Amino acid sequence: MNALPALVLLPILGGGVAWVAGRIRPVPTPASRDAAWWVVLATLVMETLLLALVTFGHQPHAGPWLAHFSMPWLPAMGIAVRLDMDGLSLSLIWLSLVLCFPCVFLSTRQVTVNAGAFHFLFLATLTGVIGTFLATDLFLFFFFWELMLVPMFVLIATWGHEDRQRAAMTFFMFTQGSGLLMLVSILGLVMAHYRTTGVLTFDYVTLSRTPLSPALSMLLMVGFFMAFAVKLPVVPVHVWLPAAHTQAPTAASVLLAGILLKTGGYGMIRFNVMLFPDAASRFAPIAMGLGVAGILYGAWLSFAQDDVKRLIAYSSVSHMGFVLLGIFCGSRMGMQGAIMQMLAHGLSTAALFLIAGAIQDRLHTRDMRRIGGLWAAMPRLSSAGVFFAVAALGMPGLGNFTGEFLVLLAAWHVSPPLATVAAAGLVPAAMYALRMVNRIFLAAPRAGLRPGPDLPARQMAVLACVMALVVMLGLYPQPFMTFSLPLPVADMTGGEDGAP
Amino acid sequence: MPAFSFNDTLVLAATMFSVGLAGVLVRRNMVFMLMSLDIMLNAAALVFVAAGARWHDATGQVMFVLILALAAVETAVGLAIILRLHAHGRPTLDADAGNLLEG
Amino acid sequence: MATFLIPLLVLCPLAASLIIFISTGRMGARGVGTVACAGVGMAAVLSIIVSVILLSGPATGEVQVTLWPWMHVAGFSADIAFMLDRISLVMILVVTIVGLLIHVYAAGYMQDDPGIARFFGCMTLFVAAMLVLVLASDLLCLFIGWEGVGLCSYLLIGFWYDDPANTAAARKAFYMTRVGDVALLCGLLLLATTTGSLRTGAVLAAVTNGQVSASGVSMAAFFILAGALAKSAQVPFQAWLPDAMAGPTPTSALIHAATMVTAGVYLIARLHDLFAMAAPVMALTAVLGTLTLLVGGCAALVQSDLKRILAWSTISQVGYMFLALGCGVWQAALFHLMTHAFFKALLFLAAGAVIMRARHEQDIFRLGGLRHAMPGLTVAFVAGASALAGLPLVTAGFYSKEMILSGVWHVRFGLTRDWSVTGHPLWAMALLGAFLTALYIFRCVFIVFFGKPGTVAAGRTSRLMTIPLGCLCILSLFGGVIEMPDTLPSLHLFSALLDPATPLSHADEPVWLVLAGAIVPLAGLALAWMLWGRPSSVMHGARTGGGLDARHDRLAIWQHIPDRASTAAGGLMRAASVRVFTIRAGFLDMLARWGGSIGDRGALLLDRLHNGRMRWYAAWIAGGLCVALAVAVLS
Repeated sequence: MNALPALVLLPILGGGVAWVAGRIRPVPTPASRDAAWWVVLATLVMETLLLALVTFGHQPHAGPWLAHFSMPWLPAMGIAVRLDMDGLSLSLIWLSLVLCFPCVFLSTRQVTVNAGAFHFLFLATLTGVIGTFLATDLFLFFFFWELMLVPMFVLIATWGHEDRQRAAMTFFMFTQGSGLLMLVSILGLVMAHYRTTGVLTFDYVTLSRTPLSPALSMLLMVGFFMAFAVKLPVVPVHVWLPAAHTQAPTAASVLLAGILLKTGGYGMIRFNVMLFPDAASRFAPIAMGLGVAGILYGAWLSFAQDDVKRLIAYSSVSHMGFVLLGIFCGSRMGMQGAIMQMLAHGLSTAALFLIAGAIQDRLHTRDMRRIGGLWAAMPRLSSAGVFFAVAALGMPGLGNFTGEFLVLLAAWHVSPPLATVAAAGLVPAAMYALRMVNRIFLAAPRAGLRPGPDLPARQMAVLACVMALVVMLGLYPQPFMTFSLPLPVADMTGGEDGAP
Repeated sequence: MPAFSFNDTLVLAATMFSVGLAGVLVRRNMVFMLMSLDIMLNAAALVFVAAGARWHDATGQVMFVLILALAAVETAVGLAIILRLHAHGRPTLDADAGNLLEG
Repeated sequence: MATFLIPLLVLCPLAASLIIFISTGRMGARGVGTVACAGVGMAAVLSIIVSVILLSGPATGEVQVTLWPWMHVAGFSADIAFMLDRISLVMILVVTIVGLLIHVYAAGYMQDDPGIARFFGCMTLFVAAMLVLVLASDLLCLFIGWEGVGLCSYLLIGFWYDDPANTAAARKAFYMTRVGDVALLCGLLLLATTTGSLRTGAVLAAVTNGQVSASGVSMAAFFILAGALAKSAQVPFQAWLPDAMAGPTPTSALIHAATMVTAGVYLIARLHDLFAMAAPVMALTAVLGTLTLLVGGCAALVQSDLKRILAWSTISQVGYMFLALGCGVWQAALFHLMTHAFFKALLFLAAGAVIMRARHEQDIFRLGGLRHAMPGLTVAFVAGASALAGLPLVTAGFYSKEMILSGVWHVRFGLTRDWSVTGHPLWAMALLGAFLTALYIFRCVFIVFFGKPGTVAAGRTSRLMTIPLGCLCILSLFGGVIEMPDTLPSLHLFSALLDPATPLSHADEPVWLVLAGAIVPLAGLALAWMLWGRPSSVMHGARTGGGLDARHDRLAIWQHIPDRASTAAGGLMRAASVRVFTIRAGFLDMLARWGGSIGDRGALLLDRLHNGRMRWYAAWIAGGLCVALAVAVLS
């Protein structure tokens, strides 16, 4: 019995049940909405238990992967359902699940229109994400990559805020277009492999040994890179992100910022740096330059925003610049820094989006010029907001700093001036974070603003758990760092059917 | 001893198919279009039967039965749509009048 | 024993802070004050215990505690680790004891404020972060404390957030120190890259072994100096500190006078071996220190806000410490740091009590003649003022300043191999600074406490606030006798405590050196008396009458230039980013419109094909099939 397919399928099945549960009564009532919510919660709990089983249970499976599953799908084309788990995918799946809980506790219960469908789409996205993190068959990977896109599009377009159609459309066009580039690259790689060896396969491990000419490998890598760069996002193609993050409903913003962006980073690690090491190292100067540009540009634009969610969205662009920089440093240290940054950014930014969503639910505005003085009215929410803002500005001892420091150190090994410029990005980081704090939380109260009730103690407890995780990532990251490294390609061949 | 050679059958089938296709393309009356479609299907079925006889294989006849069922279903569904449209207050049988899906 | 106590030392205030934050105002004002004072008080007791343990051990003993590994990657490792040696011992004693006194004072001062829980939460968190800063044995671990104190400082400056000016001041402080922090981070990155570890011992060993190239050492020292300058509000980063006085007075006393602003001094003293290898940076430190002490003194001379006078005097006094560091007499810098913590805390607390009783009036020209209304506070303030001015023999400030001055007199800066510069000009300027110090602080004393009565004083100072004032009075008057110049009864307890192996010796010190140091403050006092003290003095009561005050605007240029520059830079940056944002949005809109119109035209073409006529579709299918078949057959 293998847990990996269950891990992938459980969310979407649970989502289906939630949909049905939400529609049992012809007229939706609060009870049926809650039924859907409870089903989602139960699904997440089961998923977590399953993941804990995979993580801590010692399986008899021998091989380099933590867990492995393989089943033929379309044997004629060499396509198989191949799921593999290493430290990187495991830690990112944990991140996804950990983020779903605050999301479900704080936000999705507020959805009143067609709650069942909302929950189904939410879990379908989760399935797509988990599948993306696990798939080692390129075709399957592409399938999951597209799978997580569609529900997210519907979530934004249906439950989003005022300008949702346009935002959803931009999001879809960018990710879909770049996904097609990736498909072309995948097919190119498969064909190149077929030409040289006569074996038609989409298997990651087999394809990683394809002999490629430098020009072709660069071309294919850039195709992959484009898809991941859009998702990460890297600066010239980040345009979809602020709109999508701002217009999405809170839960979708959290999924987008917390998890979907990480699929870009994951893809870069697994399908750029590890699949095309030579091309990646030749491409590294450009990628690192883009990363530094992203750090500065994102922070700079974040500083100019008046919309809370847009500010947080641009800060994501800035943080993801560090991830890009770290991945292409070409050293283990940079890779670890990038992974730490992904984990910490997932937690802190997701929490910020939750807080922004809570503010919007209560005050019905996201405009910082109209919000103020929340500390007196909502001390719990405000203290959480200040905490995560401080985490976002890179306070040592909190998670983001660990990642940023490792990335900067790795970058300094490569090029000190570049690292200095990247480090200078920490100054505008302080500016946007503190500007937000001083506009919303620690600010004079505005006239005509009626603050709602504070966060209930239960929701605060959930946020407190996230805070504890951020502190842990900041002060004791060692277990996560040793644990979350990707499996090197050279070690992958020991699997049962790794070699053809 | 076959009454027709295989080639003759193919010619007949091709003629039937062409007649049917011409009927579909030229007629605007939906009932006639359905009839023409049936002629095309029968042409295809005829090829199957002839090929089955030629190579002594029962699969051709199986396919013929399948096509028969398909033709019946297709005619039934098509006529049902026509009746439905009629009931919705569109008394024409002109296929070109239905190019805007406005109900 | 000590290995167990040192983490506990940090944990006590941290736990107090957590308790206060988690209880979110459910404790009363008294309860919050008690928890905070208990946390810091336990830290003070623990620090005394560990100092006894350390001093009873061998002379060069130090206690290393590694709590847990922080980041261990290939090529770099950092731990959460503490180290107690003689330098950090002095610092923890200062931080916890002065911190305790200020907390006790604040429990009285803040008792009516609705935000008292937030206040004490931040204050205890600050003490914890400061202890991490001084105890860390790993520079990266030190950086946690370094940024942590900055964060607490930000939160406390903007404590009364209802006034946007306060939060603006808070952000300004954080931004300016953040620039320095980035420089410090770059220095750390440089050192980490070359040595693979940021353990203080390992770094210093690598530097002294010559493992780091000379230019690398200079660069690292320069970066670290920039960080220290920003944290300690030295030229050119001095502009944030006067604005930081927007916070509550106990905050100004603890963070912006006694401890946090001296973190830069501590850092350079801790890394003095590294700086000793970088002679140009040392010279730069000394020059900047001198410049700062003069700028601070001059600016303090023309202020009319009581707390701002003290803020500029803090900048100026920290300038003395940087001068001492630049001259390599880091023991003197730490000694002055200690006495400065005593007397500046005293001055701030006394000023806070005065301001509180004078109904929050901070303008010295509206105060006046307070000596009758509040004799006790007058004594405290004058004690602090004389220590700051360094009145000879009876004050702590005299001894520490004397130690710096004699150190500066003896120094020679070896800028290149065979070209060195003597420190005598710097000595002269430092002496001028001492004169200015006495002048401005006694100007303040004479205007506020003597002369014509101004505002009416109300209420009385509570017991909770007077006890710390008394303790600090004693410390700032007699805390300096542990280290005396050779000309006086030679007593070197402090430098022996810091560095028993290599005591400072100034055997050839001329007597007139000490005399000059003693006479200059007295001269300043006399001039201040002539100008502002006598009932019929020239300047008395006249805010803009002649003399120095008239030159206020021109003299305060150095106060305004960085201020304006930073404001302008901030405004420019924001305007530019808004502009970039709109341009970007316009560009994207254009792109979208352009793409849209192309799409529209294409759609028109396709529309012809999709006319919804079934017969056309059938024809297309048939035609397409024919073409496909033809291609397949013919090819």
